[in-house]
Amino acid sequence: MNDKLIYFLEITGLNWFVPLAKIAGGEPVGFQFQQLVKMIGLPLVAMLAFLFFWHLAAAKVDTSLGQLPGPVQVWEQAKVLNEEHQAERQRETDFYQRQEQRNADKLAKNPEAEIKVRDFNGRPTFIDQIWTSLFTVFVGFLLASLIAIPIGIVSGLSQNLYNAINPLIQIFKPVSPLAWLPIVTMVVSAVYVSADPMFSKSFITSAITVMLCSLWPTLINTAVGVSSIDRDLLNVGKVLRLGYFTTVWKIVIPSSIPMIFTGLRISLGIGWMVLIAAEMLAQNPGLGKFVWDEFQNGSSNSLSRIMVAVLAIGLIGFALDRIMLTLQKFFSYDKTATIR
Amino acid sequence: MESYLNIDHVSIDFPTANGPFRALDNVNIQISKGEFVSIIGHSGCGKSTVMNIVGGLYQATEGGVILQGKEVNEPGPDRAIVFQNHALFPWLTCYQNVELAVKSVFGKTRNRQQIRDWTLHNLELVHMTHAKDKLPAEISGGMKQRIGIARALAMEPKVLLMDEPFGALDALTRAHLQDSLMEIQSDLNNTVIMITHDVDEAVLLSDKIVMMTNGPAASIGEILQVDLPRPRQRLDLADNPDYNHYRSEVIKFLHQRHARKAA
Repeated sequence: MNDKLIYFLEITGLNWFVPLAKIAGGEPVGFQFQQLVKMIGLPLVAMLAFLFFWHLAAAKVDTSLGQLPGPVQVWEQAKVLNEEHQAERQRETDFYQRQEQRNADKLAKNPEAEIKVRDFNGRPTFIDQIWTSLFTVFVGFLLASLIAIPIGIVSGLSQNLYNAINPLIQIFKPVSPLAWLPIVTMVVSAVYVSADPMFSKSFITSAITVMLCSLWPTLINTAVGVSSIDRDLLNVGKVLRLGYFTTVWKIVIPSSIPMIFTGLRISLGIGWMVLIAAEMLAQNPGLGKFVWDEFQNGSSNSLSRIMVAVLAIGLIGFALDRIMLTLQKFFSYDKTATIR
Repeated sequence: MESYLNIDHVSIDFPTANGPFRALDNVNIQISKGEFVSIIGHSGCGKSTVMNIVGGLYQATEGGVILQGKEVNEPGPDRAIVFQNHALFPWLTCYQNVELAVKSVFGKTRNRQQIRDWTLHNLELVHMTHAKDKLPAEISGGMKQRIGIARALAMEPKVLLMDEPFGALDALTRAHLQDSLMEIQSDLNNTVIMITHDVDEAVLLSDKIVMMTNGPAASIGEILQVDLPRPRQRLDLADNPDYNHYRSEVIKFLHQRHARKAA
């Protein structure tokens, strides 16, 4: 049982809790306690030091929006943002209740009456915006992976193809999302014409921009992973006369999974970073728009609210990376490899 | 009489910046069914190239390989290869590694139960049933090579090709595996081509030892018939005058007549 728990903690990247689990399992407390201090104590000290210096430094910077907020003000605003979210949810529930009540009353008086069902038209809150951002980055990242992994595999298997497309990859890889965005916006406006669009244009634009920027690490890593497969393994496939797709499925993909996931992790990280910029300009109702709106709003709380967003962006990026790391460890055959 | 496997006047050129490089020149070996043939020579002499041509991984520039009257020029399970570094799929268990080969070769002609039985039978043959559910990373080098041999045998090859199969193992493990291989060989009577650079291994295991000259343009220097009675016992052979005679023949060839010019 305890072994399973430790394995779970290790595979999910929650290594910090491993010493606690080991102490609970009856291992010598002294050594595990040292590990605990190293793994949890040191980062904790660093974090407290950071908060302390932030607090000191912030007090010395005056902006046109007032003093630069310290940790305390940011924490206050985080609570306010959460309260606003709760309040908005409450209003939504109330709205639907009232609407249902009204319609029920109407029908009771006259069963033939025409009833109207309207969607709640509230403001997206900070929490809503986080979900929008996550969904957008997920779609962009998924599209990128669906394109990059097959191309990576094919070009990893054929040196000629790789030589052919490598210059293109190298040229497009360093292009900033801000440069792509106007083009993507215009193309989406021209191509995505629909009377009743399933997704808003701003969403499509942001997702495609994320895709364009997060293609490359996955593509390159997949190609490198595939091209560095042990020749003998491919020879085994030849001796067994496996077809092209069987070879890819049974030999190429399993052996390059670690590299593919390394690429995917970098891609997701880049995608998340790019998304914020894309949302700012495309006005997709996510975290990027939140930051932009608060910046334009310019109230005395704006800087604190932006900092809440900055921390949220950081924490979510960290969480996404951990999720990818866990997936990588889960799918990788070599469980002992150190993956950072 | 036509031989079972005929390596017929094979030469191979590799393209280089300075024009074609002739690695093998006019290699000619006849092998009968059930014969165990070793190819020995200094490293870099092209003995692995011979095996890769028989295996179909390389194409001969001149000449060709004829197996049971048919020319072979692409890889196939009738010429199973045991690789020096075992080449097991690290993400599959030992059982799955053998099973993959069985399924690829017999997937259409045998049912699931037969595939399962045949896979287990071959693991049994190399005494690895106990580790069938382990990953290659969890077993020793000798054990990995046993699985590699099981996988090759499971394809029911007409010719078993072994590329320095025990080269990466320590001396004791190697002796152990050689004994196992002789035991299997006495049961199945496979036709085997083994590449080696170990003189004792060659004399102990082979019916015929093909000694190759040094490259470039390596060719066959001498062919030695080893007429030691089977089953052979390592301990008895140590004092056997015939054994020592064969052994010294090979050593003389390698170290007198065709010594490497520079190591």
